[in-house]
Amino acid sequence: MSDAITAEGLVKRYGEVTALDGLGFSVPQGSVLALLGPNGAGKTTAVRVLTTLVAPDAGRATVAGCDIVRDARRLRERIGLSGQYAAVDEHLTGAENLEMVGRLYHLGARRSRARARELLERFDLAGAADRPVKGYSGGMRRRIDLAGALVADPPVLFLDEPTTGLDPRARAALWDTISELVAGGSTLLLTTQYMDEADHLADRILVVDHGRAIAHGTPDELKDQVGGNRVAVTVSDAAEMETARQALAWVAVGAMQTAPESLRITVPVTDGPGALREALGRLADEGIRVRDAGLRRPTLDDVYLTLTGHRAPGTDEQAREAVR
Amino acid sequence: MNAFTTTVADGWTIARRDALKIRRSPDLLGSAVMFPIVFVLMFAYVFGSVIEVPGMSYREFLIPGIFVQAVIIGAQTTGYTLTLDLGKGIFDRFRSLPMAPSAVLVGQTVSDLLMNIASLVVMAAMGLVVGWRVHSSPGEAVLGFGLLLLFAYAFSWFTATVALALRTPESFNNIATMVSFPLMFISNAYLDASRLPAPLRVAAEWNPVSTFTQAARELFGNTSSAMAVPDAWPLRHAVPVSLLWIAVLLTVFVPLATRLYKRAVSA
Repeated sequence: MSDAITAEGLVKRYGEVTALDGLGFSVPQGSVLALLGPNGAGKTTAVRVLTTLVAPDAGRATVAGCDIVRDARRLRERIGLSGQYAAVDEHLTGAENLEMVGRLYHLGARRSRARARELLERFDLAGAADRPVKGYSGGMRRRIDLAGALVADPPVLFLDEPTTGLDPRARAALWDTISELVAGGSTLLLTTQYMDEADHLADRILVVDHGRAIAHGTPDELKDQVGGNRVAVTVSDAAEMETARQALAWVAVGAMQTAPESLRITVPVTDGPGALREALGRLADEGIRVRDAGLRRPTLDDVYLTLTGHRAPGTDEQAREAVR
Repeated sequence: MNAFTTTVADGWTIARRDALKIRRSPDLLGSAVMFPIVFVLMFAYVFGSVIEVPGMSYREFLIPGIFVQAVIIGAQTTGYTLTLDLGKGIFDRFRSLPMAPSAVLVGQTVSDLLMNIASLVVMAAMGLVVGWRVHSSPGEAVLGFGLLLLFAYAFSWFTATVALALRTPESFNNIATMVSFPLMFISNAYLDASRLPAPLRVAAEWNPVSTFTQAARELFGNTSSAMAVPDAWPLRHAVPVSLLWIAVLLTVFVPLATRLYKRAVSA
């Protein structure tokens, strides 16, 4: 199968800041690639370069067979972009927004109108079709923005942090929508700060740090690299931290993290529930009082910690929340 | 479609969007229509009761000046709405579409022209109510409105340029107020500028607002032979000089705004 997106040595600098530092990858037709990384890793810049919004300082890329610099106009006929900030007009209704996008893809007035209604129906916005977007909820705005990217049924889609800022329910709903989309055979490049999102939606994940790719693989390959689940234990007494560490070392499959100020120890494990049971058993054998214990999936922070040896810089509130 | 028809079609699509926006934003409509109405009433009844102009009623003298003022305020919608859009993602969406890049500014200025037409209609009706009349031929009156609208369109490109240089609605509004108020008041729009003290008089005579006001007065026949004929060259040839101003504004600010737009959105 041929590649719908190819990028080679992309460089983009903003003054002193190097947003892209030789980023390269390819996305086979009909597959989903997630660019995973924290704020400032260069994900959004990568999307802006590939969708012709900014020109790269160096490097080459093609999307749907079109060069991003020389064939920009033809390229734009073949892509759909849904950005981080819902790019819809607040004063226009949902239907008017989509119709406008259709006209700007030069679908003609009648087809634009029909396509707008069809997408509103599909995205469960038919009831709000004739209301100004101003009154839409966050989730509805994302859906109308996503619908905007699909108006011309483009073969390649770019979604830049499609669920950032959404509540968990709206997020899950949007995941379902995106899954349905890619089942239809579109090629998708999506950026995200959330490991679980990449896991859920992507065929392959590219971990980006400081404008460079630092890891690449399927979600399973990546998680194996990071180590599957985590057992997180909080002890009651600071004096028991060291004993607890020794007891937990029996179940650890990688480096443990210790946070003395919060009395918490995080342990990478392979088998989830079994490891938790064993960890609690060993702590009980040592007579350690446990205030809190639980199992959690690896987060972006874990991926970062493992792959780069440093914590993810500038991860936003939600990512930090997920770590807690 | 070739490049030209694409630009026209896309420009029209954007203009329709902007027109819908204006219709649904009471604040924009308010400043474009209500502001001049309030000014007509205030000047006609407050100033009108103390200011006298030789040989004609103050209200007839005033209305062409209010038309020019309405155009100057109305054209600021272009700059203001551009700064609002810059803060959102909508330009990214536009630029990811296979549309003509120039359509954004063309559409915005055209929709603001439509708004200015509406505003002038309201103004003219208001003027007729308070006693303004056209004393020239219908042809000249049409030319008068045509000139005002051309000015409105050209001035929209100027406010677009300022907005794209400043990029935030707050700073745009500050600058727009600071520039447009002296421009409107140090002119012959509300009073007979020949009676101002020397430095102010010279500034008023060369102020383009005075040129446009004088041109509008001539074309609507709101002049009086009892009034002193101004010496300043732009006022003696008000209609051709107005057309010259329009040509200059378009020649300078269409390319400048286009370049600044590209720079503002491609960061």
